[in-house]
Amino acid sequence: MNTVTEGRLAAERHVLEILSAAEAQVPATAATFSRRSFLKVTGLASGGLVLAFWMGDEATAVAAEAAGGAKSFAPNAFLQIAADGTITILSKGPEIGQGIKTAFPMIIAEELDADWSKVKIEQAPINPKVFGRQSAGGSRSIPTSWDQLRQAGAVGRAMLVSAAAAEWKVPATELTTEKSFVIHKASGRKLAYGALAAKAAALPVPDAKSVSLKERKDYKIIGTSIHGVDNRKVVTGAPLFGIDQTLPGMLYAVYEKCPATGGKVKEANLDQILKLPGVKQAFIVEGNGRTTEVMPGVAILATTTWGAFSAKRQLRVVWDETNAATDSSNEILAKAQELGKLAQGPGVVRADGDVDKALATAAKQVEAFYSYPFVSHSPLEPMNTTAWVKGDTVELWSPTQTPDPALGLVANTLGIPVDNVKINQTRVGGGFGRRLMNDYACEAAQISKQAGGIPVKLQWTREDDMTHDFYRPAGFHSFKGAVDGYGKLTAWANHFITFTVDGKVPSNSANYPADEFPAMLVPNYRVTQSLLQLGTPTGPWRAPRSNGIAFAVQSFLHELSAAAGRDHLEFLIDVMGEPRWLEPRTEFALNTERAIAVIKLAAEKAGWGRKLPEGRGMGLAFHFSHAGHFAEVAEVSVDRAKRLTVHQVTVVGDIGPIINMSGSLAQCEGAVIDGLSTMFGLEITIEAGRVQQSNYDRYPILRQGMHIPKIESHFIQSAYPPTGIGEPSLPPVAPAICNAIFAASGQRVRTLPLVKSGYTLA
Amino acid sequence: MATVRLNVNGQNRVIEDVDAQTPLLWVLRDSLGLVGTKYGCGVAQCGACTVHMNGNPVRSCQIPAAAASGAAITTVEGLAKADGTLHVVQQAWMDHDVPQCGYCQAGQMMSASALLAQNPKPTDADIDAAMAGNLCRCGTYHRIRKAIHSAAEKLQKRG
Repeated sequence: MNTVTEGRLAAERHVLEILSAAEAQVPATAATFSRRSFLKVTGLASGGLVLAFWMGDEATAVAAEAAGGAKSFAPNAFLQIAADGTITILSKGPEIGQGIKTAFPMIIAEELDADWSKVKIEQAPINPKVFGRQSAGGSRSIPTSWDQLRQAGAVGRAMLVSAAAAEWKVPATELTTEKSFVIHKASGRKLAYGALAAKAAALPVPDAKSVSLKERKDYKIIGTSIHGVDNRKVVTGAPLFGIDQTLPGMLYAVYEKCPATGGKVKEANLDQILKLPGVKQAFIVEGNGRTTEVMPGVAILATTTWGAFSAKRQLRVVWDETNAATDSSNEILAKAQELGKLAQGPGVVRADGDVDKALATAAKQVEAFYSYPFVSHSPLEPMNTTAWVKGDTVELWSPTQTPDPALGLVANTLGIPVDNVKINQTRVGGGFGRRLMNDYACEAAQISKQAGGIPVKLQWTREDDMTHDFYRPAGFHSFKGAVDGYGKLTAWANHFITFTVDGKVPSNSANYPADEFPAMLVPNYRVTQSLLQLGTPTGPWRAPRSNGIAFAVQSFLHELSAAAGRDHLEFLIDVMGEPRWLEPRTEFALNTERAIAVIKLAAEKAGWGRKLPEGRGMGLAFHFSHAGHFAEVAEVSVDRAKRLTVHQVTVVGDIGPIINMSGSLAQCEGAVIDGLSTMFGLEITIEAGRVQQSNYDRYPILRQGMHIPKIESHFIQSAYPPTGIGEPSLPPVAPAICNAIFAASGQRVRTLPLVKSGYTLA
Repeated sequence: MATVRLNVNGQNRVIEDVDAQTPLLWVLRDSLGLVGTKYGCGVAQCGACTVHMNGNPVRSCQIPAAAASGAAITTVEGLAKADGTLHVVQQAWMDHDVPQCGYCQAGQMMSASALLAQNPKPTDADIDAAMAGNLCRCGTYHRIRKAIHSAAEKLQKRG
């Protein structure tokens, strides 16, 4: 095995780890709390109260040490109450547009009974030893932090109450709290949190588990609409983002890699580049062969971004493509169609019951081949990082979704200890899964090092961004399904054709989850897979796997209900069956009762079954992903020329209680736009290992005026613990619209994007 | 290399030793430190770099700095009044929680404020036409539309 392949495999393993961590089904922090390590109380110079909370003994040691020198106090997340009543809460996770910088502090403030108008929010420093999980991915921020943040607020409140009880010499049970005040109703006295802060700081810390948490009916902040805490900075153009960072003496860097993944630099016209205006350095970077760190290329450093961009256009590199990707979308499609003729692939994802027997004895059998393309993330802020290597240390300013694993990747790239890496988290101009990777951060660090330890801002061009992504893998599904004489779903076979790097296991996010809907809901169920070699990197894209699988699976399910002559609403409810949790029977599993509830409400809100004029139809699709139960109904019109109008999409989800209503509705609106945009017109194609789309002109993301449907969203705020909202509302969008197209026109869409089948937006 | 003189947010600025062909976007960001104006595509496809030139919305990635000489340039940093009072569009953007990641919003607001300056009561079709050049990858289009309508109403009330 050559070194390039080893590097690629190492990168594949890393992405798998990232995704596994992002989608962990155990709250990452709750189990490791202990009384001694949960809270640290320390007096502020100003006489205020600082409550710090973190996990684990090492974290305690680090934070305690830091607290000793008040300047560098570094707990995992903390709240600080100053004598003037100002409450500062640190938000530990990256803000990528999902609204977490507002939602996290809302949870703490709720249990603290804080006056939200006086709460200040700050971004926590990156230090996983102290903070634990600091990544944004898998819609897991809320479920993994819910208990931790509630307890943090509740402990703070309990101590303030104790301080007031001591002051007034009354039992704590007679006291209530409201908007940053402790109140003794019997005597009509009240004291502000700020006035109690110094006294509270001197008290012993109660066991986090001993403090009572609020009942949901008593929530005053959670569930309301709270404005984004950085709104003002965003609308005034404050330097929040990675691209906005500057350092004194900084040079602007660009980095050119082989357009086919894995190519090495044979030679480059560096002498010519060095003569160009503003160019200070130009050099070859060997890289370590890991797509998640640094692939080979040429770095150019100039005094301005434009100088670097202009020089990059003059750069001529001869690539050694011996080990480079040679992928071809056309060849992939041809191979997948050929494989799709086979009933099964060599890999077994899941096999329940006897599918072949059920198919043979069924009243009606349906076969279909579905496909969807590679797509890019294309967040509006192109990849960038500012890095400054000083000796064997490095400091970075990076718009990443995963700052905690980035520390290790940068350390590996530079060959320095992980403790010597400092990352400053910036606001992130769109994530969508792209920034779960930290390749741009590793490149910036390596370039700073090779440039002699000067500060550099590495700025990818849009073209770099679109042609060096970790693409949402294309997918091909060869289905057979059957219904019995009563129209009941009896058999489901899916031969999934997907990709591999090593020839053994699927590429990242190209795997088929064994519990993906409708697993465990059909007695005879089989998913097998065939693997096609792919050199181009793939990775998680908003609602990884489900974003493509839902289109195929929920469309094919509609084909089966149509074949059975049944109403899809009634059919879908029937498929769910008795109320129960599916495996693994946790909040991260499908619950048929929750599923049925969202399906019914979506149908009701959309007016399912109402008589529609000719050429107009409704489509219903459900999907469970990322712990969210979502059902969506699309209402569309299609004319004979395949001009499509999506009138409305109704979204109903159950993710437990909503933290921030405004933010949650925004995520649903965004998911519908993202889903429609992608299923309608977006496709990445590859030839000779080269991605053929390089900018928005050939990757036409939906625009204002390009037919934005009405979106109506509702939540069933069930009694279960809250889960995330960033991803699960996306997967049902495409099948709901495709099922509506069928209802309106009788045309079944089995290939995305829609433009490939001749559809236009009316 | 040349010297470029610009009027940005009401101030005269002299940028020395700059390639006269440098797009206004990069002069604003790298030379003047006005980083609110964003780079998104470099080919006038996304609108993240939208600024006002003599009141008209332009894609600053396509305007050579020298060509902007003598024109009045307004960036997102110049949208609010000097005393910090926000432009009606900025306030509407906050009130409606328009931003998700927020990266495109400077460009969106510059297009929206230019629209309202020329058409104080835009219809949906007017908004479509004026805003079609500004991509939002997070998909905040509904809230952008609502915010523009609500900003227009406020302007009407002010008379």
